Amino acid sequence: MNVEQLYEILKKAQEPKGFYFNQDKPRVFDLLQGLLTNKDRYGYMACPCRLAAADPDWDRDIICPCVYREPDVAEYGSCYCNLYVSRAWNAGEIPPVYVPERRPLEKRFRL
Amino acid sequence: MQPCHVKVYSLSTCSHCKDTKEFLNQCGVDYDCVEIDKLDPEKRRKILEEIKRLNPQCSFPTVVAGDQVIVGFKQDELKEALGIK
Repeated sequence: MNVEQLYEILKKAQEPKGFYFNQDKPRVFDLLQGLLTNKDRYGYMACPCRLAAADPDWDRDIICPCVYREPDVAEYGSCYCNLYVSRAWNAGEIPPVYVPERRPLEKRFRL
Repeated sequence: MQPCHVKVYSLSTCSHCKDTKEFLNQCGVDYDCVEIDKLDPEKRRKILEEIKRLNPQCSFPTVVAGDQVIVGFKQDELKEALGIK
C-alpha cells in the first residue's frame, strides 16, 4: 500500500466519525509514510510521534488512531501528531496549541 | 554566533521532530541528531537512559542546548536558548 492509498482509505473511514486529516497535506503524507514505515518495522501502525516498543500488546494504546486521539481532538482540536483534527481546527476556529503528551509516563519508554 | 552545543533526540517519523530540525536548519544552527527509532536495541536502551535523565517526560523531540533542555517543538524556547532573535 502506498501513502495515497492509505490516505484515501483512512479519510473515508475516519471523516464520518468526525476526525479529519489536517489540511496541511504534505504534513499528513509525511505522517502516513511514518505509519507505513512503522508497519514495516513492527507489523502494526504505531504512532509516528512516539517510540514504539515493538510489542503490540504494550503499544496497543498508540496504534493509530491512538486511544488518546478522541480526548485530544475534543480538548485541543487535534491529535498529538496534528494528523487528525476537528473540522473547526481546520477552519481556524480553534487556536493551534502544542498538544501535550497524554500517554501515561510509565508507558512512554520501555528500556 | 551559536553559543552552545546543540543535540536533538528525535524520531525519524515524527512531525514535531521534523519541524524542530527544519527550524534549526533555517536558523543556521549546527546540531547533532540521534534518530532513536533507527538504533539497534542495545544502543537504543543506552540513549533512552540518557534522555530519561535529561527529560523526565520521555517524549520527542528532546533538544539539549548547552545546559537547557527543550521538550517538543517550542520555537520561542529554542530561540531563547540559542540566542536567536
